[in-house]
Amino acid sequence: MKHDIVVIGGGPAGLAAAIAARDSGVEDVLILEREQELGGILNQCIHNGFGLHTFKEELTGPEYAARYIEQAEERNIPALLGTTVVSLERQGDGILITSVSRQDGLLQIEAKAAVLAMGCRERPRGALNTPGFRPAGIFSAGTAQRLVNREGYLPGKEVVILGSGDIGLIMARRMTLEGAKVKCVAEIQPYSGGLKRNIVQCLNDYGIPLKLSHTVVDIHGKKRVTGVTIAEVDEKMKPIPGTEEEIPCDTLLLSVGLLPENELSKEIGVDLSPVTGGPTVNESLETSIPGVFACGNVLHVHDLVDYVSEEAEQAGKNCAAYVQRKAQGTEQTAEGKIPLLPQGAVRYTVPVTLNRDRMEDQLVVRFRVGQNLRNATVRVQADGKELLRRKRPVMAPGEMEQVILRKEWFTGNEKEITVWAGQE
Amino acid sequence: MKQYDAVIIGAGVTGSAVARELSRRKGNFLVLEKESDVCEGTSKANSAIIHAGFDAEPGTIKAKMNVQGNAMMDRISRELDIPFKRVGALVTCLDEADLPHLEELYRRGEANGVPGIRLLNGEEAREIEPNLQETVCGALLAETSGIVCPFEMTLGFAENAAQNGVEFCFNTAVTSIEKKEKNWVLHTDAGDVETKVVVNAAGVHADELHNQVCEEKLEITPRRGEYMLLDKSAGAHVSRTVFQLPGAYGKGVLVSPTVHGNLLVGPTAADSDEKENNSTTAEGLAEVGEKSALAVKNIPLRQVITSFTGLRAHERGDDFVLGESAEGFFDAAGIESPGLSSAPAVGVYLAEKIAEKLNLPEKPDFDPIRKGVVKIAALPVEERQKKIEENPAYGAIVCRCEEISEGEILDAIHSTLGAKTLDGVKRRTRAGMGRCQSGFCSPRVMELLARELPADMREIRKNGKGSEIVFEKIR
Repeated sequence: MKHDIVVIGGGPAGLAAAIAARDSGVEDVLILEREQELGGILNQCIHNGFGLHTFKEELTGPEYAARYIEQAEERNIPALLGTTVVSLERQGDGILITSVSRQDGLLQIEAKAAVLAMGCRERPRGALNTPGFRPAGIFSAGTAQRLVNREGYLPGKEVVILGSGDIGLIMARRMTLEGAKVKCVAEIQPYSGGLKRNIVQCLNDYGIPLKLSHTVVDIHGKKRVTGVTIAEVDEKMKPIPGTEEEIPCDTLLLSVGLLPENELSKEIGVDLSPVTGGPTVNESLETSIPGVFACGNVLHVHDLVDYVSEEAEQAGKNCAAYVQRKAQGTEQTAEGKIPLLPQGAVRYTVPVTLNRDRMEDQLVVRFRVGQNLRNATVRVQADGKELLRRKRPVMAPGEMEQVILRKEWFTGNEKEITVWAGQE
Repeated sequence: MKQYDAVIIGAGVTGSAVARELSRRKGNFLVLEKESDVCEGTSKANSAIIHAGFDAEPGTIKAKMNVQGNAMMDRISRELDIPFKRVGALVTCLDEADLPHLEELYRRGEANGVPGIRLLNGEEAREIEPNLQETVCGALLAETSGIVCPFEMTLGFAENAAQNGVEFCFNTAVTSIEKKEKNWVLHTDAGDVETKVVVNAAGVHADELHNQVCEEKLEITPRRGEYMLLDKSAGAHVSRTVFQLPGAYGKGVLVSPTVHGNLLVGPTAADSDEKENNSTTAEGLAEVGEKSALAVKNIPLRQVITSFTGLRAHERGDDFVLGESAEGFFDAAGIESPGLSSAPAVGVYLAEKIAEKLNLPEKPDFDPIRKGVVKIAALPVEERQKKIEENPAYGAIVCRCEEISEGEILDAIHSTLGAKTLDGVKRRTRAGMGRCQSGFCSPRVMELLARELPADMREIRKNGKGSEIVFEKIR
């Protein structure tokens, strides 16, 4: 089985990438999706607030997904559902994808190019090394979300939430609306990792306390959670003796970070960023392996699906251009990579290199800061020369930022571009 | 009241091994287990190692059973389809002053009849195990040491016993024992049973049973051992089990690959007075991190995927208590390390004693072969394809981290002593054992359990009674 472009993952990133690739003129695009339906994690995100940027209206997750699924259907883009990719290898200058499914068994698909859109997973309790028992009643927030929204069961009645990631905040409200008592949200950092609007709409509106600089230090109950002990932490995030407080509850929800799911990327040898956990990509969102592109949460964890779609559209477009260049026999390797370096409070940038020849007139560079900043400045320089300076009243680790670089600013001979954020 | 030739109390690895060996004989046998599945106590949380046998004092039952059990493992793993690899072990010496102790360990190994042991200097040790610390100044290499899946090992014995006619009764705790003429009556929370012979394989609770019927009392102290399990990406950090020679640093912790490719680090050793307290502690986990680094460098502890505590059944006398402690009452008590390694030998030893006592003839149709759930992803491409054609459920991946299909989960549910809980499915298939720790697959596995058992979603449990996962239906 041979295809020009295979998109791995049929969530918001994969859908937008596939649509853009087709619209850019590559007919033969195939989506592989492990679930029985397209839409990815949006299908369990029944709250609204999706699509404000893209569609200028507030949609629920399934509604937002439906917009893209319809576009894919209008274009007759084929998708293999219930199909899990189990291995990814380089084959000549293409990619060999092995998938498995109920209907097709093992499939070996040769692709000229691929878009990685596998999304992310939640950091589990084990990764936190939280001491205590290992009873029933400990769920990652997304698992609880699925149980409530898709299976229709309440996984707990008295709930403590560890971590203030967006899914945790959304679930605080969701569980409350279903009749559970959410006792508090404990966050080990001195700031929340979630969106401001979610803290207001999901915690403050329901009187749920957010305890910053607090963590769970013990889990009680051998069979089912009977309570947790939380404690305040110092600036090194070590629990402060004497601040322990035992909170009776039957459920602990964890919203302690999302990890881009790059096991397949590792297998094929894609370079990963130790900061984002996602591939390091160039201006075309192409990974260290030619013809392998990445977008969405597998690349870096986003807060808003609108930006996932936007990014994925770029990846799809660039992937199509790659296939077209290949068909024309045009040189694939582009000389003149300029590194983009994060500086000051900036933790990382996507992309990490830029090639002027491959750049469109405008290039979106996304990044996050590592701390809360007020009256901040964002500055972009090339070899010490300032290209852009912008004031930002507030910046927070929970909110993805972006700057737009213009092709006309560059000659292609720059040594480095720095993206800096901080207080001047 | 139901009558048996022998009732085994406890479906851990020891009880299950005794059951399997007894099932070679004609008779009525029953295993009583207070938890909802086999392998729920000491057997499920340990170092997962088949020790070579140099550790125990020569002349002890531990030494004898360990060496015998180790030697039996190739056959046992073949017959019972148990993942087992003889990767070897290194006991590392971290201080020149302790080298005489290392030599003593070597001599002890020789006295115990352990094959394939030799002493290495620090450089030789680092040559075969490059991640050893520079401070390692000598090591004892034991080639016959192996790694095993303790769940599969216990399941292998138990399922094979069940195939050969042994009854298993779960969620049934023995509350007291009474002599009735020549027989024993076991009072359980699910009624009484009568038996000619009792086998006490009750792990940390074995002393409570023993002391009801024997003059000479036992005293079992649960010895807590905390562990961390690391992601498979760290699994090749060492290629054999690396122990530390007990010395100035205390007993030391081990670093070992697991048979499924993860890295295991631990345990601590702290006596406890709570027999069911298998919680982990901040101090314990920190200690594991610190001590493991003494012998092995750069352990990627950040890749921990879970941590757990095991309770070893330490008996005051510091040896296994094996044999007929009272008329018709057989102990397999004080089975701490090397209990897993010894289980095959303990099974044979006790079964033979019991068969002799009751004069049980051999069963000509005994079938020693048990097959575990076939790991579809591990099959060669053509075979995997064929399996999926035969049963499309083998193509539907449920656990993405460990690549476990719906078909395998159904096999686990419908096998002999089939899985009834999330943990049961996890131990039989590894679904939920991977890096996401069941975040994605648990709702799906719950659905499959509910459909197949069948049961209501609200009745689906993580393990025993009281570990239900969801409460009310909301729509």
